[in-house]
Amino acid sequence: MFRILLLLALGVGAGFGLRRVEAVRRVEQTTRLTLCLLLFLFGLTLGADRTLLAQLGRFGSEAAVIALSGACGSVAAGGLLQWLLRRKGGVR
Amino acid sequence: MRENALLLACLAAGVAAGAAGWAPEALLRSGLAMGVLGALVLQVGLGLGVRGDLRALLGSLRWPMLLLPLFTIGGTLLAMLAAGALLAHRPLADVMAAGSGFGYYSLSSLLIVEARTPAVGAAAAAQLGAVALLANVLRELLALFGCAYVARRGAGYAAVSLAGACSMDVCLPALMRGAGERTLLPAALVHGLVLEVSVPMLVAGFCS
Repeated sequence: MFRILLLLALGVGAGFGLRRVEAVRRVEQTTRLTLCLLLFLFGLTLGADRTLLAQLGRFGSEAAVIALSGACGSVAAGGLLQWLLRRKGGVR
Repeated sequence: MRENALLLACLAAGVAAGAAGWAPEALLRSGLAMGVLGALVLQVGLGLGVRGDLRALLGSLRWPMLLLPLFTIGGTLLAMLAAGALLAHRPLADVMAAGSGFGYYSLSSLLIVEARTPAVGAAAAAQLGAVALLANVLRELLALFGCAYVARRGAGYAAVSLAGACSMDVCLPALMRGAGERTLLPAALVHGLVLEVSVPMLVAGFCS
């Protein structure tokens, strides 16, 4: 967790220092490529895990119920907070 | 939409290559994925720094942002009550523990197995760990593919909530793009931090 924050801070500092370098300004494109690579590696790990793939059939529906419920509950709660804050004029 | 299709294609290609046994051992080491995640976060930081208006960004940090992780936790746990009713064969505390991972699949599933083994035995604990692992992998994928869409619909806080514990790393680029650059950044960072800290506490609480 702190490693992530440290890397983010390092990136912000480096980006600020190098903001006039044209190549650094195109970082959004490399960010997308890195995300693709990360997902590919994530997929590799999932696909290579025979136990996990076997369990997908057995526990997949239970996991889907938990994941979908959690996602819906989160979205509803976040949306509720935004609505409450908008009513009070605290958030755009 | 096109971007999500590309991300989904990368994930599917990875799963297919992994299942076919084409993945060299070196690519399966968790250290490599962590390194790529680090590179992703570094580039997100570079993108922010290049803009040169970080002071204004930090100045946009507001106290209601601290409420967002609490709402996410509350909303998720309430939803787990409903999930517990659907999965009546599982103890409610187990469903709550699995849902308390907020997409942080590696840590939550390991913690659940460790905490539940003394009470229910290694086999049942491993089974629950597998459910938690799959549920949180799915939750992270839902977040990754859904948060930009939700943010674009004007529900920025809902998008950060959906991202769960991944709001400060894997989902951060999607959140920022969906909400029009950096408006969600402070909320996403605070949210991710609080949720990452809360995962072990909530899982331990439900498994005790």
